[in-house]
Amino acid sequence: MDSVKHLRFDVAVVGAGPAGIAAALAAADSGCSVGLLDDNPAAGGQIWRATHDCARPSAASIWFDRLNKSAVQIVRGAHVFHAAKGELAAESDSAIQISYGKLILATGARELFLPFPGWTLPNVMGAGGLQAFVKSGLDISGRRIVIAGTGPLILVVAAYARKCGAKVIGICEQTTRPKMARFALKMMLIWGKSAEAMSLAYDLRGIPHWTDCWPVAAFGNRRVESVRISRHGQTGEIECDYLACGFHLIPNVELPRMCGCHLREDFVAVDEYQQTSIPGIFCAGEPTGIGGLELALVEGEIAGYAATNWEDRAKHLFAKRARHQKVVRILQHAFPLRPELKNLARPDTLVCRCEDVPHERLSEHRGWRAAKLHTRCGMGPCQGRICAPAAEFLFGWQIDSVRPPLFPVRCSSLAAIAPHSAARN
Amino acid sequence: MSESISVRVNGKLVTVRDGSSVAVAVLASGATCRASVTGQPRSPLCGMGTCFECRVAINGEPQRRSCQVLCEANMEIEANG
Repeated sequence: MDSVKHLRFDVAVVGAGPAGIAAALAAADSGCSVGLLDDNPAAGGQIWRATHDCARPSAASIWFDRLNKSAVQIVRGAHVFHAAKGELAAESDSAIQISYGKLILATGARELFLPFPGWTLPNVMGAGGLQAFVKSGLDISGRRIVIAGTGPLILVVAAYARKCGAKVIGICEQTTRPKMARFALKMMLIWGKSAEAMSLAYDLRGIPHWTDCWPVAAFGNRRVESVRISRHGQTGEIECDYLACGFHLIPNVELPRMCGCHLREDFVAVDEYQQTSIPGIFCAGEPTGIGGLELALVEGEIAGYAATNWEDRAKHLFAKRARHQKVVRILQHAFPLRPELKNLARPDTLVCRCEDVPHERLSEHRGWRAAKLHTRCGMGPCQGRICAPAAEFLFGWQIDSVRPPLFPVRCSSLAAIAPHSAARN
Repeated sequence: MSESISVRVNGKLVTVRDGSSVAVAVLASGATCRASVTGQPRSPLCGMGTCFECRVAINGEPQRRSCQVLCEANMEIEANG
């Protein structure tokens, strides 16, 4: 447990979702040593999370086959908690010190959670969260599920839940129907997306899709039993076993920030080769802009080639990337969160779930830092990953600090890493 | 075909599909993962290792994120929700 493992790679990739896998494979093409680190027990990220039934998409198997045949060294269950110049510190069973020549960050995104009364009840989950649990083995057959939030993700989750045998009671979309229709039309006009949309519509047939609709409160004794929704200004209550909420994705930029990478409008700023403001550090996938699977793959490939000085190969993919970037631009403006959602939390609704800090204790402060110091908001184990984006949405606060360790780690890991980092800093 | 695996959650035998996460075993057992600092029962929110709501003790080691650990035969899981 106390020993520290040392690894050295020409190219280290953090995050084994589609962007990271594509980046690692592209980098490995040049014959250099490539390490692919991920904090999950298996590679695949969220979208390609290992799945029992409901079939892993065939596109994924092609990439996994390539990965298995490649020389890429996969380091699973490794939580990166510190970054210094040219090296990373991670924790798995033991502490791991990783030194690298080039670094590719493919840290993905997480869900934005909006506080409302009852959101802390067991079985109220993220939409992506529920999907992740089903992919991790949770049996939801026959369970009644309400899915709330916004954008295409909740539709995908609804279709998936139904396929796995759940009874999807309804989909609550906060956007209005005309806005939804405009979005659908724009997506249909993009070649390749129309077939996807048609098949999704088929999978969702018969499931009520309520627009102008959101959860107001969840109720239950020890777990959610019903949800009150607002629809066109009217409220009604629906019984359910799970409430899955998905209000946008937010990029995981903590590690890029710790590496010193500049951000542009909340996302990691990159040049055309996916290189960040720090030479030798690249970024691909959702941290550079929420754009989905295809864009993540091509950005990953570009980063992998660029990191191994194969500019020609990287350049060759620029046009493909530009095509997929259209989706980003459409998604960016299609589903703005409505101001009514800021009023869902009552004074006693918890905003910080780690430290159980209610809305009323936060609202008396002028900013995130003051709120943290006075209430311990954002100072629990998740380190503000859940409540800081919520506070940003609710109060308009700028959240600006990131410090090591990026995740809570064992003292033995800190102790094992400390002398090495100190010597190099 | 995936095979099943048995673990204990608060002493109760729970059988899940092989490859399931510990969080799934806790959910399947009907237990909740942890008690919050003010004593509320909590269960997983994010499913991807960021929210820390799924913390349980696994084979005596506390504060493990159960969504990030796979079930192993005869694992002892303590969920204090």
